[in-house]
Amino acid sequence: MSEQLVTIEIDGREVKAKAGAMLIDVADEAGIHIPRFCYHKKLSVSANCRMCLVEVEKVPRPLPACATPVNDGMKVKTQSPLAVTAQQGTMEFLLINHPLDCPICDQGGECELQDVAVGYGSDVCRYVEGKRVVADKNIGPLVATDLTRCIQCTRCVRFGAEIAGVRELGATGRGEHMQIGTYIEKSVDSELSGNIIDVCPVGSLTSKPFRFRARAWELVQRDAVAPHDSMGSNVHLHLRNGEIMRVVPKENEAVNECWLSDRDRYSYQGIYSEDRLTKPLVKKDGEWQEVDWKEALEAAANGLKAAAGGDGDQLAALVSPNSTQEEIWLAKKLLQGMGSDNIDYRLRQGDFRPGQPDRPWLGMAIAELEELDAVLIIGANPRQDQPLLGHRLRKAAMKGATITYINPLQLVLNYRSSQWVTTPAGMLEELAAVGKGLNLRRGIIAQTKAEDRHKALAASLKEAGKAAVLLGPMALAHPDASMIWGLADAVAESSGATLGLLPEAANSTGAGMICEAENNGKVRELLENPRKGYLLCNLEPSLDLHDPALAGKAFDKAEFVVALSAFRGDSLDAAADVQLPLATFGETSGTFVNAAGDWQSFAGAAKPLGEARPGWKILRVLGNVLEISGFDQDDCGQVLAEIEESLAGRKPENKVKVDVNEERWMPAEGMARIGDVPIYAADPLVRRASALQETVHHVEAAVRINAETAKGLGLEEGGQALVSQGDGQATLPVVIDETVPANCARVQSALAGTEKLGAAFGAVTLTKA
Amino acid sequence: MGFKSQPMTNVVETPDKGSLFTPEIRARIDKWIVKYPEGWQQSAVMPALRIVQEENGGWLTTELMDDVAAYLDMPAIAVYEVATFYSMYELKPVGRHKICVCTNVSCMINGSDGIRGHLEKKLGITFGQVTEDGKFSMKEVECLGACGGAPMMQIGKEYYENLTPDEVDRILDGLE
Ligand code: SF4
Ligand code: FES
Ligand code: FES
Repeated sequence: MSEQLVTIEIDGREVKAKAGAMLIDVADEAGIHIPRFCYHKKLSVSANCRMCLVEVEKVPRPLPACATPVNDGMKVKTQSPLAVTAQQGTMEFLLINHPLDCPICDQGGECELQDVAVGYGSDVCRYVEGKRVVADKNIGPLVATDLTRCIQCTRCVRFGAEIAGVRELGATGRGEHMQIGTYIEKSVDSELSGNIIDVCPVGSLTSKPFRFRARAWELVQRDAVAPHDSMGSNVHLHLRNGEIMRVVPKENEAVNECWLSDRDRYSYQGIYSEDRLTKPLVKKDGEWQEVDWKEALEAAANGLKAAAGGDGDQLAALVSPNSTQEEIWLAKKLLQGMGSDNIDYRLRQGDFRPGQPDRPWLGMAIAELEELDAVLIIGANPRQDQPLLGHRLRKAAMKGATITYINPLQLVLNYRSSQWVTTPAGMLEELAAVGKGLNLRRGIIAQTKAEDRHKALAASLKEAGKAAVLLGPMALAHPDASMIWGLADAVAESSGATLGLLPEAANSTGAGMICEAENNGKVRELLENPRKGYLLCNLEPSLDLHDPALAGKAFDKAEFVVALSAFRGDSLDAAADVQLPLATFGETSGTFVNAAGDWQSFAGAAKPLGEARPGWKILRVLGNVLEISGFDQDDCGQVLAEIEESLAGRKPENKVKVDVNEERWMPAEGMARIGDVPIYAADPLVRRASALQETVHHVEAAVRINAETAKGLGLEEGGQALVSQGDGQATLPVVIDETVPANCARVQSALAGTEKLGAAFGAVTLTKA
Repeated sequence: MGFKSQPMTNVVETPDKGSLFTPEIRARIDKWIVKYPEGWQQSAVMPALRIVQEENGGWLTTELMDDVAAYLDMPAIAVYEVATFYSMYELKPVGRHKICVCTNVSCMINGSDGIRGHLEKKLGITFGQVTEDGKFSMKEVECLGACGGAPMMQIGKEYYENLTPDEVDRILDGLE
């Protein structure tokens, strides 16, 4: 029935539409504009603002277009005297309580209320009585409130309920006294909270970091791709005088729809942080000295050459998966030119045994996630790792998909799911048991027992129309990542599910395609057998590597370390001999390949700060200084063309060749560390985004253990514990956390205070300090 | 997929509901929950708030609203919305006897201002206040549907109609 087409007439134009579609959607589709406030295409219809009133023939009163389904032969007038009077009336009522503070309102110039008032309001105000005033609320560091401006459309409330999946804002009180807020003093903590700024049609909810910093009409808009997670959200950068003033979503239905995660929206603040590296630095007699580019590049080239001493294998490059394709490509070429294949991007990977996919990816388009009927997710926390991929999974769940997690942590999710929480070692047993439920017998699967829940999951994966088995960052950081791939592959294959990865970083998928991980370097090996020269790109050794202790030692031993970095930091200061200032997100052009294998290129928009330069340019000139051929590209596009030619249409793929009987490196007994990465600690840029660091999601290094484990160790909340891993140690505060399984210590990675510790996942010992 | 057509139940159900309220209060709320389809326990929010308010001397604290939310597995803000919307829920302490004076049209025409003035003088409080001894509080209400007996007031579950100052004195003196 829903596919049945009807013909209606809007303003004399004949329009075809699906029966039952809402009039406002049909008009939008036909390019006929009807004013609106409460209607939003991604939210439920609430029809409370009445701005969309139109005349429908044979109906004596005006009808709200957002809540009027079309039917055959309907004749609609959006500009008849009845419609116009209704719209003007609504506008007049809406403005009764709305303050006339447009000159000091951040929304001024980009305000739906202003626009609609100009287009549909009347030109005089008859209201002379007092206006209502609502006290502003502090709802956290990201969103500023000016609730007197609220027109009570409830978009922000519906956003919370329907998209963010947590009801934080509400409309309390009635009539004249209705207010938007949290009722009690409380911050809005959703990882998608910034979107309420975009859905709010007025200046009631605006960006706190951006507040009073620029007017809408002073800003220049440029497009870019968000630099953090593997979603590759499309964004608009808003610049004034070459400085990024804010970031807002750019609609792309196939990727981020019209949303943006808070991390992608507010991380731009990091670009202008105080420890931004703006001049090339060279270490002379142990002291950092500012030098000009020429000297720095020569020092870098000579240092690397000397370190290699003619043996290319003595050089290695570690590039962050947040680097662009162009940067990674040129780094690889540079190394190759010096006779080395030692390049890797898998900085947080815990296991490099062969047989894991060479070029892993999501295994499907992003939008396909929400069509899944059954999903098994291993070692992932999508709300933290890739918030908008998490949103797609939530959509699947709301449509009835069964979602099961195998994790070493209980997650706080915004949809119903099954969570199997176990120790890191136990994750393999759970996964193997699902294999057993599918009647598999190979390797460790044979030794496990399938309980009813495993059998039920096996059956649901098998019977589902569309099913997927997805690995996340915690699975890759696991010491037995290859076994997890092997088991997941076995389960996916025999159930007919798609195997996929939820990659951690903006360009993980692309980096995999360039680095051809199987044939080239492997981070662990490159650090365990220290090389004499290293090239580090866009990373901080103590925070961005799986095993900071191991990395620290390797860089200490190295003769020469060149770092391309946008920021200064202690661990880089200690490790490097030359630091070359790198242009950041927004300042550089380049390409990211997102989880789904979409190549998205962007141009540089902001002026690089100080003497910082785009990574591809730095590497190109370094190639020139080293007199390596093939480094004469004039622009980023030429580099990209080179990459595309060399990849010759090669696609990412999740081909696994792991014997699921390998030796297990994660000990089954004893205390295990869970070193997941906090949402706002994931990369150098976000770590410096000040507003994000003020949210509740900011964490300090700590040992999180459950009460039972704590009791067994004689530890208590607020006390200190000595964490030992290998020969590294750290004294950290104890936090009792019931989301952590027994015998596990969640000591999150990428936090100051954990730099002396070893692998993110592995054996640890805890004692009272 | 609006949140009107789907119950907005919390993802994780409250584990230890037995620790909320008293067994008697829980039993009273449970009687209401079973009247609704499974999974729609939040539909019982209004009776639950009424019961909890009754057992707390006539008013609701934020903590009690939170407990109602937890008991019905719904977001706390959704309970605050209900409790602030309806005027029968009290969010501040009230007297043992809550005197609700109708000041809507019919009562106003028939002298509710005089009734209000008399009460204020007699008790030394006005709307929204409680007498020092905690015995009485006054509240202004809209039409209670008893216009035929205007002016009128409600105390507890009783309506008192055709009021005069003397009648008011007689009624108040008769209260414990
Ligand atoms: S704050 Fe904005 S989005 Fe929310 S109800 Fe008010 S006007 Fe609508
Ligand atoms: S947009 Fe239709 S009533 Fe608000
Ligand atoms: S106006 Fe007072 S009861 Fe109706």
